[in-house]
Amino acid sequence: MMKEPAAIADQRLVSPDEILVEAKNITKYFPITKGLFNRTVGQVKAVDGVNLAIRKGETFGLVGESGCGKSTFGRVLLRLQSATDGQVLYGGRNIHAISQQELRKLREEMQIIFQDPFGSLNPRFLVKDIIGEPLRIHRNMSGKEIDARVVELMELVGLDASRRNRYPHEFSGGQRQRIGIARAIALNPQFIVADEAVSALDVSVQSQVINLLMKLQRELGLTFLFIAHGLNVVRHISDRVGVMYLGKLVEVAETEALFAAPLHPYSAALLSAIPKPSVRRKQERIVLQGDVPSPANPPAGCRFHTRCPFVQDKCRREEPPLEQKAPGRWAACHYPLG
Amino acid sequence: MAENLLEIRKLTAGFATEHGLVKATDEISISIGKGQTVCLVGESGSGKSVTSLAIMRLIEYAGGMILDGGIHFHGEDLTAKKQEEMRSIRGDRIAMIFQDPMSSLNPVFTVGEQIAESLRLHQEKSPGEAMKQAIELLRLVGIPAPEIRAKQYPHELSGGMCQRVVIAIALACRPELLIADEPTTALDVTVQAQILDLLRNLQEELGMSILLITHDMGVAAEMADRIAVMYAGAIVEEGSAIDIFDQPSHPYTVGLLQSIPGFEGERGGELYTIRGTIPPLGQLPSGCRFHPRCPHAMDICRSQEPPDFLISGQHRAACWLFEDKPVWSGTNERGGKR
Repeated sequence: MMKEPAAIADQRLVSPDEILVEAKNITKYFPITKGLFNRTVGQVKAVDGVNLAIRKGETFGLVGESGCGKSTFGRVLLRLQSATDGQVLYGGRNIHAISQQELRKLREEMQIIFQDPFGSLNPRFLVKDIIGEPLRIHRNMSGKEIDARVVELMELVGLDASRRNRYPHEFSGGQRQRIGIARAIALNPQFIVADEAVSALDVSVQSQVINLLMKLQRELGLTFLFIAHGLNVVRHISDRVGVMYLGKLVEVAETEALFAAPLHPYSAALLSAIPKPSVRRKQERIVLQGDVPSPANPPAGCRFHTRCPFVQDKCRREEPPLEQKAPGRWAACHYPLG
Repeated sequence: MAENLLEIRKLTAGFATEHGLVKATDEISISIGKGQTVCLVGESGSGKSVTSLAIMRLIEYAGGMILDGGIHFHGEDLTAKKQEEMRSIRGDRIAMIFQDPMSSLNPVFTVGEQIAESLRLHQEKSPGEAMKQAIELLRLVGIPAPEIRAKQYPHELSGGMCQRVVIAIALACRPELLIADEPTTALDVTVQAQILDLLRNLQEELGMSILLITHDMGVAAEMADRIAVMYAGAIVEEGSAIDIFDQPSHPYTVGLLQSIPGFEGERGGELYTIRGTIPPLGQLPSGCRFHPRCPHAMDICRSQEPPDFLISGQHRAACWLFEDKPVWSGTNERGGKR
C-alpha cells in the first residue's frame, strides 16, 4: 500500500496544537462474503489510505460522488465504524485504540448530523426526549435542568420551544433537521461531522439551515467536517475542501483556490458538471465518459485513469501519491492541470 | 398564431381526502411548442409531479382526479378522453421518464424485452423485429455493446445506464412530447451531465418537445427554453429562461434564486432566506398564497388572489407588485427556441 507520510505533515502548515482531528492512513475495507459459511471472496475498498488534518475552528468540506467513501470516512473519524488500518488522532490520542469508557467520554466532544431528517429521529420519542437524550446519558442533570437546556437549545436553533412535547412527524423537513442539530450540539461538542446535512432539503429551507450552521460555528467555536455533494453549498461554507474519488483523496486545497483553478482533472470535471443557475455564462464542460468503477475492484495505477480525458501511459501503471503542488495545494495526479 | 403542441388551460387537479378536496394544482396554464423544452420548477409539494400525472391522465390511478380545465394535445382535449383512448397515446405520442430509474424498470425482464414491449404494443411489431429495434435504441442512447446489454437485467446495470434504458423505452415510439419528472435527481453530477447532454442531442435529432420537471434551477437554466415556476399548486411566474434568470419578477422566484449559494463572488456570508415554509395544500392562506413569506406583502395580498400580470412580451407573474401592467390573456403565442 502507498504510504503518504509527507502529505499529512505539510498539510498542516500550522503548528500541531492547531490541529483538532488528524486521520493517518485511514483505510476501511468491507468484506464481500459468499455462500453458506460467509467465505470472504473480496473486499470493497471504501476508504483506502486517506491522510487528512482538520484544524481547530475550520470547516473542512469533503466532496465526491456517491460510493466514493466520504460518508464511511466521516464515520471512521468518529469511530462509529472501526478502521481496517490507520489512526484517528483527536487531541493527540488515537481514538481507535482507547477503551470503551474513554471513548464514551470522548463522544461528548464529537457529534454527527445525518442527512435524512426523517430516518434519523426516533418517531416514538417526543422532541424534548430526542434533544434531551444525550444530556440524560452524559450529564448528571435533573429533569428540570434538562428541560431548561432543551428549551435553550431549541431557541438556539430557531425552533419554537413550546412545541417540545410533540413528535417528530409534526415537524417539516427543515425543522426536523434543526432538531438533529440541536441534539448534536446539546453537549457542547468541539467537532461535528455533518454528513449531507442539507442535501435532502429544498433550496429555500436549505439556505436557512446553512445560515444556522454557520451561526453556530461562530458562536460555539465548532469544527466541522462538512460532507456533501452540492458543490455550491460546500464552496459557501468551507474554508478548505477535499475531493474524494474511489476511496482516495485526490485533491485538497483552500476553497477559493480549488474553485478558481482545480489541479486534479476529476475536480475540474466535477466542477464543470454542475449546472449553474444562470443563462448567460456557458462554460466549457468536461463530460466524463462511463461510470465510477466498482470500489471492490479499483483500476490499477491512478484510479481515475479509466475516465480521465488527459490519461497518459504512466497513469495506467503508477498510482500518483497525494503531493504538494503549490503552497497549501495537494493533488494526487501525475499531470496536474494549470 | 401557430398551434402549440400542448396547451394546458386552467387545469385544476386534486385529491379527495378526509379533510375535503385538496387542490394540488390550481388553475395552471402552460403551453409547449413543437421542439421546445419547458421546465416546471418548484420545491417539493408545489404540484409539479401532479401536473405531469394529470397530462398523462395517470392521476386517476394515483387516487386523484382532474377537477377543471383542459389539456389540449394537438387541439384534442385529453381530459375528455376515455382511459382506453389514453392507453394508445401514452407511451406512443406522449412518453414519460420518472425520477428513480431503478424502480421504474421491471427487475424480472431483460432491458431489451422492456424496450421491445412498447414497440410490440403500439406498433404491432413482431418480437424479433422489436428486439432488433430495441438494440438500435440502446445504441441511440449511448449504451456500449447494446447486443449484450439488451440481454441483461436492470440490476446488472448502473444507475446512469438504467436511466438511459428508461429513456430508450420512452423514445421507442418516437413520441412528440416527452415528460421527464426529475430525470437526473437520483444520479451523480457527472452522470447527470451525461444524461442532460443525451436528452438535448436526442431532442435535436428527433424534434420532440420536452416538459422537464425539476427542483434544480441549474438544470432548468441549462435545458429550458421557457420556465414556469410553481409554488403551492400555482404557477407564480412564467417566461423564457432569459426572462426568469435575468429579470426574475415574482418575489418567490427572486428569493429562490437568491438563496442558492453561488459558484463565484462572495462566500461565507449570510445567505438570503425565504422565511417560513411552504404551506401544506389544503391549508393555503387567503389572498396570494405566498404572502405570509413575502417580504413585499401588502394589504391587497392578504385579501385578494393576484391574477397573472404580463410583465413584457411573454413573461407573466402573479403578483400585485405588477398591478400597473396588463392582465395576461391566458395563452402564449407559440414561442421559439432560445
